[in-house]
Order: sequence, then structure tokens, then C-alpha cells
Amino acid sequence: MSEPGLSARGLRVEFGLPGGRTARAVDSVNIRVAPGEVVALAGESGCGKTTLARALLGLERPTAGAISYDGTPLRYSTRALKAYRRSVQLVLQDPTGALNPRHTVYDAVAEGLRIHRIADNESDRVATALSHAGLRPAEKFFLAYPHELSGGQRQRVVIAGALVLDPKIIIADEPVASLDASVRGEILALLLRLRDEFGLGALVVTHDLGLAWSIADRIAVMYLGRIVEQGPAEQVLTDPQHPYTRALVSVLPDSPVPGPIVLSGEPPDATSIPAGCRFHPRCQVLASGAAEAAGVADQCRATPLPVLADDVGAGVSGDDPTRQVACHYAAAATRSEA
Amino acid sequence: MASDPSLLAGPSPDGPASGGLSGEKTAGGSGFGRYLRGRLTGSVASLVLVYLSSFFIFRVLGGDPLQAIAKDRRMTPEERAALREQLGLDQPLLAQFGKYTADVFSGNFGTSYQYRRPVMELVLERLSATVLLTGTALVLSVAVGLWVGARAGWRHGSRLDRAHVGVSLTLWSAPTFWLGMIVIMIFARQFGLFPVGGMVSHNVGPGLLAETLDVAHHLVLPAITMTAVIYAQYVLVMRSSILDEIGHDYLTTARAKGLRDDLVRRRHAIPNALLPTVTLVFLQLGGVISGAIVTETIFSWPGLGRMVFESIGFRDFPVLQTTFVLFSAAVIVANMCADIAYWFLDPRVRKA
Repeated sequence: MSEPGLSARGLRVEFGLPGGRTARAVDSVNIRVAPGEVVALAGESGCGKTTLARALLGLERPTAGAISYDGTPLRYSTRALKAYRRSVQLVLQDPTGALNPRHTVYDAVAEGLRIHRIADNESDRVATALSHAGLRPAEKFFLAYPHELSGGQRQRVVIAGALVLDPKIIIADEPVASLDASVRGEILALLLRLRDEFGLGALVVTHDLGLAWSIADRIAVMYLGRIVEQGPAEQVLTDPQHPYTRALVSVLPDSPVPGPIVLSGEPPDATSIPAGCRFHPRCQVLASGAAEAAGVADQCRATPLPVLADDVGAGVSGDDPTRQVACHYAAAATRSEA
Repeated sequence: MASDPSLLAGPSPDGPASGGLSGEKTAGGSGFGRYLRGRLTGSVASLVLVYLSSFFIFRVLGGDPLQAIAKDRRMTPEERAALREQLGLDQPLLAQFGKYTADVFSGNFGTSYQYRRPVMELVLERLSATVLLTGTALVLSVAVGLWVGARAGWRHGSRLDRAHVGVSLTLWSAPTFWLGMIVIMIFARQFGLFPVGGMVSHNVGPGLLAETLDVAHHLVLPAITMTAVIYAQYVLVMRSSILDEIGHDYLTTARAKGLRDDLVRRRHAIPNALLPTVTLVFLQLGGVISGAIVTETIFSWPGLGRMVFESIGFRDFPVLQTTFVLFSAAVIVANMCADIAYWFLDPRVRKA
């Protein structure tokens, strides 16, 4: 296996809108999640991170690009998707909506087994998954309905439903955003425990860099359909290079970036992506004139940036994990240092 | 992130809440008793109100049954007085009500003015005809309506969706008598495929099979007419109910677990979307007894609906009172059954 885990190459997802316009929700993304690694995908709402997550699960057909799992490209036949979904599972934001209100906890967790026709030891498997998700004693929860559980317990049921198929990768879309602060820590601790004990890989989609800080090995920051900066969580968050990442980091408590940087304006919509650097209309470095001083202002406005490669998550295989930034100004700064 | 180390290792992090869970479970049994008592009380109260209004509403209506009974015959004032006394109409209203109540509780629902026969006998005679017609129409419209509604909702906005909603709404808004007459003109008169009206032919051969086929032959047109008119409600309720479910994440969860799209619809969306239709079906189930007055009248179907129609013109108080109570009771009982069914179908009701 050349590339263990889940990877996407040149992934594009476009939606046709009324009036013949096209929204490019995901615009050429390379990303990889290795087993035993937690990758956080961060960005504002509307930047395409949920669409990317759905595409990685095969729920959305990409317009271009390819997704592969353990080096095998994903095909979209019913059978191939079904097989793929044994390995890659989903955890959604709102556990109340993610569970069928008329199914008991047992049915909810056992559904995956029934879909994939795993008939032996069904109740043992369900009990194991529930206790791995922290619901113990598992048997006590079998006949409960979602409305009888707390929010945290519901999310544990959703996670158990994903775990029961022994997946290698979990894609979690804002897994704690709808939970109470007191329960968030528990669910995040659970994800980390699953990574350590079972070597589970996870892609955690979040708008909250603080959350990414606490659980992620690597962070990918997404802006308007493209990843603008990625690297080991520690490095990205203590020394952010991209102006957008700097702005996001600057509002965290104890931020290494001085002063809160407030970005002007809403993110532009995905139907009209700005030329040059897609962030330039809101970029505080360009606005302050620093880019002009470094002599890259014209590039910012006109020259498209290369798509970041995905070969950064090599921490598992022992290589030096590298940083990548898609920014003319950061590139110029690196050049002048060298 | 300040995560409690005991959470990482510890069993049952949600211990206290799960303790509460088992407590709820044990309370479930008495919960049903309380739920049932509440529903029963409500139903009995409705029945009492129906009973009271059944007596007074037709008297407020005005009109004198004697006129209808006498028809063209000339009656002397003495004859009128005698008839009035015989029917008990000379008593004050409250005394009439007292007698009516006493009779009802002894199982006597009075004698029809126009047929001169006990009302219960008349009702029982016609009940089967009505149940056959409206029951058939109900089963057909529920089956067709829910099937069409589920498909239309699942592909909402598609051409199939728009066509189905358009057709069912057009039929729903067409007057039953008009649709019935068109159906009779085309299929009975023009093509002669089905009888114009009635439930049995006189010249049918002996044997159960021949008789059954004959009734079925008569049943086709009225049942289809009635189905065409009422199936739209199931289409619309099922469609909007499916639309409510489509937005829910649990469908995405099921898909992400590898379930095929049509199975997601059948196993998750449809069972949950069916809940709101349960009320509608049970309400109509109550209506099976009262039948379709218009449909029965157009097709000369010998059911309760036609009897009620004729009794109104005749001011046949005993028949009207009895059928009024009977029809209302059927709806009330059916509604109560719907509530009870909900208890078993929807776990969320048990919490409330």
C-alpha cells in the first residue's frame, strides 16, 4: 500500500445554480488522512469544508479529481460505495437529527451491521461498540430511544454506530458544535482515545481553531473552496503564515499573533472567486501596504497560487512533516530570509 | 483542552443520567395507564356532547314530520292529534328527551317514521353496504395516496411530482356528484361496462361466487369515484411529511453507512413520514360508517348515507338521531384508536 488512509487529489465539487451560474464549493483540494492521525479541517462557515467532507464520504459526486482509499480510487457504483463505507464512517454535528427518533439505540448501532450483512455476534458487536464509545454498561442502553438520552450520550451512540463497522477513518463534521461545553471535552477525549487505542484516523471538520488545537495532529485551513495553509497543528497555530490563518489565530486566547485581527467583509461567494489570490480582497497584509513594500501586491491581485500538495502528513511514516502556505507574501518573506 | 483523565479510562462517564434512564423505563407501564385514562375521559366527554346535540339539533332544524308522513293524504285534525300522540311529539321537548334517553339506555333507538320499522334494524341492514363501499374506497385511496405521495415527496420538484399533485388536487376539487355523473355517463351509459347504480342485479344466477362477482361489478364505479375524490389528502399529507423527513441528518447517516437510496426511503423516511398520516387514516376510518352520502345517492347504493339523505327530507327524527350518534361515535372511537396507536408507533409520545 503506497498510501495508507484516505486521500483526495485535485478534488473539485461544483453546483449549478439557477441562472446558469456555477458555485465552486470545493476548488482543487488535495488532502490526506492517514490511520492513527487526526486532521482538523478549519475555516469559516460557507468555505466548503462540509462539502469537502461529504465528497470524501462519496455522498457528493466530485466534478473533477479523485478520492482514493489505501491507494485504490473510489468508484461510484452502489457496490463499490458500500464497500468503501465499511472503512470510512461519518459522525454528524447534531446527534439529535443524526439518529432516527423511532429506532432504539440497539437498532441505530446495529444498522451498519445489518446493511453489510454481518450477522454473527450482532449483540456482542453492538455492546462492544457502545462501550468503546463510552456507554457502559452497554446493555442498559440497548432499548433506550434517542429522546431518553442526553446530548452527549446521543453523540456517543452516533459514534458507536460508526465504530461498529470497525472503520479505519472517521469523518466528523463539527462533532461537538451542538453540545454543551461540559460534554465537548468528553467527546473530544473519546476521539483521541479511539485514535490511540485503535489507530483510528479522523478528519474533524470545525470552524473552531481552539478545538482543532486540542485534538488535531495536523491542521488544514480552508478558504473559499481551497486549502490555504496546512501543516502540523503545533506549527500552524503557534506560527501561522497565511494572513487568513493569522486572523483566525489572533482571536484565540493566548494567541501568538498580536492583537485581534478583524477581517473586513463577508467571505465572497463561491460563484465569483476573485482573481489572483482568492483572499486578496479581505487580506489585511495587502490592505496595510506590507505586500506592496515586499513587491508582491500585483501578484496578489493577478497571479493564481499553486494548489497545495497533500504529501505533508508524513508524520506517521517518519518523514519530516512540512508546512505549506498558499500566499505570495509568505513566499516572498521566505525567499528574502534565504 | 482540560479533559478529565477519568473520562479517558473510566467506565460509564454518563453514570447519573443513565440511572435516570432506568427510572423512566419503569415508569413506562403506569404512563400508559395515565395516557389511556386521559384519552378515554376526553372521548367520553365528546360522546356526551354528541348525544345531547343529536337530540336537539334536528328539532332546531324546524319542519314537521307529520307533513312528510301525511304527504298528499288529507288528515283530519283528530287524526293528526292521534298520530302526534302516538309518536310522542305532543310532549314537551324535555319530556321527549327524557323518554329518548330512557329508550336508548334500554337499547331501543325508536321506530323510523318513514319506514315504520325499528331504527336499529334499518341501520344494521345498510351498514354492510356502506362499509363495503367506503371501506374499499378507503383502502384504495390510502394505498394509492401514500404510495404516490411518498414518491412525489422523495423527488419533489420533479415532473412526476408536479403531475401527481396536479391530478390529485384537480380530482379533490371536483364535486363528487359531478364526477360521479361523468363516470356513469362514460363507463355505464356510453360503454356499458358497469351497471348504472344499485348493488345487486335481479337476474343474477344462484351461487355465492356469482353473487359476489355481481356485487363487485356494481362496486367498481362508486368505489373508484370515491377513491379519486379523497386520495389527494393522502398524497399531500404523505408528500409534505416526506419533505419534513428529507432534511433530517439520520438519512445522511444511513446513507453514509452504506444503505442504498431506495432503502433509505423505505426503511427510514417512509416509516417516520407515515406517523402524521395515521391520524388521517383513523379519522377516515370513523367516516367509513357514515359513508359517503353523495356517492351513495348518485349510485343508488343501498347504504346508510342514502338513508340519512332521505331521512333529512322526511324529518325522520329517530333515524337522524341514531345515525348522528352512531357516526359521531365512530369518529370519536377511531380518533381514540389513533391516539392509542401513536403510543406504540412513536416513542416520543411516551415521554410527554
